[in-house]
Amino acid sequence: MSTSASFLGVDWGLIASSLPAFFDGLRVCLILLAITLPCGFLLSLPLAVARASSNRVASGAVWFFTYVVRGTPLLVQIFVIYYGLAQFEWIRESAAWVLLKNAWFCAWFAFTLNTTAYTTEIFAGAIKATPSGEIEAARSVGMSSAQVYTRILLPGALRRALPQYGNEVVGMMHATALASTVTLVDLTRVARDVYANHLLPVEAFGTVAVFYFVLTFSLVGTFKLLERRFLRHLQPRS
Amino acid sequence: MMDTMLHGYLPAILGGLALTLQIAAASLLVACVLGMLGALAKLSKSRIARVVADAYATLIRGVPDLVLMLLTFYGGQAIVNWAVQKMGGSYVDIDPFIAGTLTVGFIFGAYLTETFRGAILAVPRGQIEAGYAYGMSFTRTLWRITLPQMIRHALPGFVNNWLVMIKATALVSIIGLDDMVHRAGLATAATREPFTFYAAIALIYLTITSVSLFLLWRVELRFSRGVRRVAA
Repeated sequence: MSTSASFLGVDWGLIASSLPAFFDGLRVCLILLAITLPCGFLLSLPLAVARASSNRVASGAVWFFTYVVRGTPLLVQIFVIYYGLAQFEWIRESAAWVLLKNAWFCAWFAFTLNTTAYTTEIFAGAIKATPSGEIEAARSVGMSSAQVYTRILLPGALRRALPQYGNEVVGMMHATALASTVTLVDLTRVARDVYANHLLPVEAFGTVAVFYFVLTFSLVGTFKLLERRFLRHLQPRS
Repeated sequence: MMDTMLHGYLPAILGGLALTLQIAAASLLVACVLGMLGALAKLSKSRIARVVADAYATLIRGVPDLVLMLLTFYGGQAIVNWAVQKMGGSYVDIDPFIAGTLTVGFIFGAYLTETFRGAILAVPRGQIEAGYAYGMSFTRTLWRITLPQMIRHALPGFVNNWLVMIKATALVSIIGLDDMVHRAGLATAATREPFTFYAAIALIYLTITSVSLFLLWRVELRFSRGVRRVAA
C-alpha cells in the first residue's frame, strides 16, 4: 500500500483530520464484537452438544440451522433481517418492532446468528474428536452424564477448538465491516464517507485497512497467548 | 408461469444469478492461478518468492474482503488513471466486472495458496523425484505428476474456499455490479416487498451451496479411484 501511496502522493493531512472519525468507527466495530461474540459463544455450547449428540432429531435440527446460515451470504442475511422483516404488517405492529427497526439490533442479531452457526460446528467437531477412552475413564470412576460434559468433554473440546475459534473471532471482526451497509457508522462506513467526500481511495481505504490489520494481528496474538496457556500440554518439550 | 413468479421479477433475478455465477467462475480461475503460483512460491528455494507469498497471505488475512474490494476497485481506478495520464491518455473507467473478478480472485488466491501447498506436500516426494529422473522438466513434472495427484488432497479445502467465495461475490453489489443482490434491491424498491426478494436470493445461494457440495462429492469419488478406503 505504502508504495502505491508514495508515488500517488498521500494527503497525510486528510488522514490526520479523519483519525477521530476512524477511532469512533473503531469503537463501533469493537462494541459490535463485544455484544456478538459472547452471545454466540454461549449459544453455541448447548447447540454443539445437541449437534454432537446421538439424538438424530436434535442433531439434525442443529445441522439444518447451521447449514442454512453457513450456506447463505451474511450480507443477504442482514438485508433479510433489517430490510426484509419490515414487509410484514404484523411485525411492524408487534412489540418486537422497536428492536427490529433498530440497525444496531439487526446487526447484532444477524452477526450473532452467524457466529453461533460457525462456532457450533467448530465446537461440535471438537466434541466429536474426544478420545473415547476419556469418556470411558470418566464413566468408570462413576461420573454422571452432566459431570462427563462439564469435567471431561467440554474442557477438552474447547481447548481443541481454540485455534479454529480464534479464526472465527477474526472472521467475525472482519464481518463487522458489513454493518456499514445498514447505516451503522463503523470503521468501513467512515472510510466510505471519507472516500465519498474527498475521492481519495488510498487515504480512505488504506487507512481503514491499517486499522483492520492491527486489529487482526492483535486478535491473532491474543489467541496465540491463549493457546500457549490452554494448549500447554501439546507444546514440544525442550 | 415463471414470468409471473416474484411479481414478474424472476427473470431479472435469474439474470443477476447469471452474473453472480460468471463472477464466481472467473474469480475461481484467477484464484486457482494465483493460489498455484503462491503455493509454488511458498515451496520454492528462492527467499524472495517466499517473502512475497507470505506478504500476500498476510495482507489478505489482515483486512476484510469488503475493504479489500473497495481498495482495489477505487484504488485500482486511481492508479490506472494516474498511469494513463502520465502516458498522455485520457480518463478511463475500470469495468466493475473486471475489478470485482480480480479482487475476489486475488483474495481467494491467498486462501487457495494454503490449500494447494498442503496438497503438493501430500504428494510423495519420490513421485516428483521419479519424474525428474525420467528427464522431465519442472513444468512437465508439475503437469503430469504433481497436479493429477494433488487434486485429491486439495479437494476438501477447495470445496470450502469455493463455498466461501460464492458467498463473497454478494459483496460486488456494493461496488456497483448488477448481480443478484443488486437486482433484489431494485425489485424491492419497486414492489416494497424486501423479504420476498432477499429470502428468494438467500434460497438461491443455498441451492448453489447444496449443488456444489453434491458435485464436489462426485468429483472426490472420481479422483479417489484406486485409493483404498479404510473400513469404517
